[in-house]
Amino acid sequence: MRPPRALQVRRLGRVPYADAAALQRTLVAERQRGETSDQLLLLEHPSVITRGVAGGADNVLASPAVLRRRGVEVHDARRGGDVTYHGPGQLVGYPILLLKPDRCDVHRYVRDLEEVLIRVVAGFGVRAARIPGLTGVWVGNDKLAAIGVRLSRWVTSHGFALNVTTDLDDFALIRPCGLADRGVTSLARLTGAQIPAAAVADRVVERFAEVFDREITVGAGGG
Amino acid sequence: MPTDVLMPQLGESIAEGTIVRWNKRPGERVDRDEPLFEVSTDKVDAEVPSPAEGILTEVRAAAGETVPVDSVVAVIGDSAEAGAGGSGDGAAVSDSADSGAAGVRGGGVESAAPSGGEPGPAAAVGAASASTPPAPRRGDRVSPVVRRLAREHGIDPAGVTGTGAGGRVTKDDILRHVGASSSASAPPAASSPDPAAVEQRPSEPLSVMRRGIAEHMLRSRRTSAHVHTVFDVDFSRVAALREQHRDAYAERGVKLTYLSFVARAVVDALIGMPLLNAALTSDGASVVHATDVNLGIAVALDDGLIVPVIKRAGGRSVPELSAAIADLADRARSKRLTPDDVAGGTFTITNPGAFGSLFGMPIIHQPQVAILCVGAVEQRPVVIDEAGTIAARRRACLTLGFDHRLIDGAVADRFMARIRSGLEQFDPAAL
Repeated sequence: MRPPRALQVRRLGRVPYADAAALQRTLVAERQRGETSDQLLLLEHPSVITRGVAGGADNVLASPAVLRRRGVEVHDARRGGDVTYHGPGQLVGYPILLLKPDRCDVHRYVRDLEEVLIRVVAGFGVRAARIPGLTGVWVGNDKLAAIGVRLSRWVTSHGFALNVTTDLDDFALIRPCGLADRGVTSLARLTGAQIPAAAVADRVVERFAEVFDREITVGAGGG
Repeated sequence: MPTDVLMPQLGESIAEGTIVRWNKRPGERVDRDEPLFEVSTDKVDAEVPSPAEGILTEVRAAAGETVPVDSVVAVIGDSAEAGAGGSGDGAAVSDSADSGAAGVRGGGVESAAPSGGEPGPAAAVGAASASTPPAPRRGDRVSPVVRRLAREHGIDPAGVTGTGAGGRVTKDDILRHVGASSSASAPPAASSPDPAAVEQRPSEPLSVMRRGIAEHMLRSRRTSAHVHTVFDVDFSRVAALREQHRDAYAERGVKLTYLSFVARAVVDALIGMPLLNAALTSDGASVVHATDVNLGIAVALDDGLIVPVIKRAGGRSVPELSAAIADLADRARSKRLTPDDVAGGTFTITNPGAFGSLFGMPIIHQPQVAILCVGAVEQRPVVIDEAGTIAARRRACLTLGFDHRLIDGAVADRFMARIRSGLEQFDPAAL
């Protein structure tokens, strides 16, 4: 039997969006050249709105002045999907994985990310689900985790954002779609408990290793 | 040998992919494994590397198009085929192709410009390049600053008489040349960008949907005599009704949106004034009266917009309209609308208020004769009585865009007054 591939987990704390993007670019290039193992970056961002390749400027609702006053940056992200919001209390995961040779299927990859998160929140007593055609992890009509992925020669980047104790009011700054009667939610709202992000991150690492069949190594900058 | 570029298979269950971006334009050189285009599917954006080295000779699927897996989306030709000098390396070939194109364009601009009856310099350069081979290289000897300046003005430095050392073209020469050829027009020539200069920047073909929208919008502007009228409407009663019934309806899975109240008021007004629900024939010579109210709702998509239609909207309750709107919007965004869903509309509502717009000036959805635009519902200070008392009220601006060929202002305003009173005195029986 083939031994599971190594996965280096790096817990980075709070990282500005641009820095995390630069780190991902470096790691993707290294992974493509085979200079590093698979990586899982776990972090949170200061308040930031990012637009994916499908994102229109008009989906950012708040004016530049309001965004500046609230200290929210706006970035274009080269990932799939539309506009999303990141901020304190949200656990962001950026897996840098080589999907070759046995996982060359983008649908499977996205469904696997959803599976990881569904199992993680189940551990906190929350029953989350998928909605066909709407990538992400949902509880009822509310989105608990967003997913947006970039793939470059079968090396993944970007990933998922799970609302743990996120201030959900900040999502009012954007409108992912003009008329949709769908909202956002967080683990804190669903459980009524302020679960520490570190505890959620622990579960993410375990479930990620399980779903993706990887062996965890603790990385530099991790802990 | 040309190499076909295929839409890759990104997953077992994936039969097609949507191209979101080309990183190269036809005529550009590409290295093997260099990212050539990007494909999007299911929130995944994948970079596709070039299968070969050469010149991108043909792009068969534009950005925005969705094509089946394994279909040919582009062709890459050998470097040697595309350039004149087969022995030169790829970079050199692409360079010379580039400056060749710029030369043609510069020449075109020059000959088109009536430069004070002084054809001397251009003719002289032409003669020189025919007799002495080094002349075409003159473009290489201008400094980057001069080359950029020339490009900004859409001219070819080779067509300018140089006064610098060894006949070099200087910055002043370019500016003098520009001044001479534009002396007939306004003096600050530099401030009006030359279309040719814009054409030189990287461009990207419009998606099929974008082209469709562009064509329809221009056609509508050409066709209808657009006039707009704006009404400021009090939403206090609607807001109160909404608040009062919100939970009861939420239990049934229905969200009472402002838009659904507006839709109901519009449908009632259309039934009372069927002229607004009519259409004009393409020659503009006949009016076609509709038998039903088929209400179009403009839905913003990630990459455009679409107007699905609530068929036979007359008599439907607010929750029914709300559910119908939510269903159409949902299916529009997940691309599950059928052709029937977007056909047969008789009147359209657009809702930029959802994005914060105060009021819009919408373009009519052909062949309809009117469109209602809903602005943001927000609290505003208003004078509420004769004593001049000011209070906060929830209000929104509604704009009617109408075709003055068929509808006169008085008719349009009577129609809007009906909608306003329908909302301000909203009948709870419609819930």
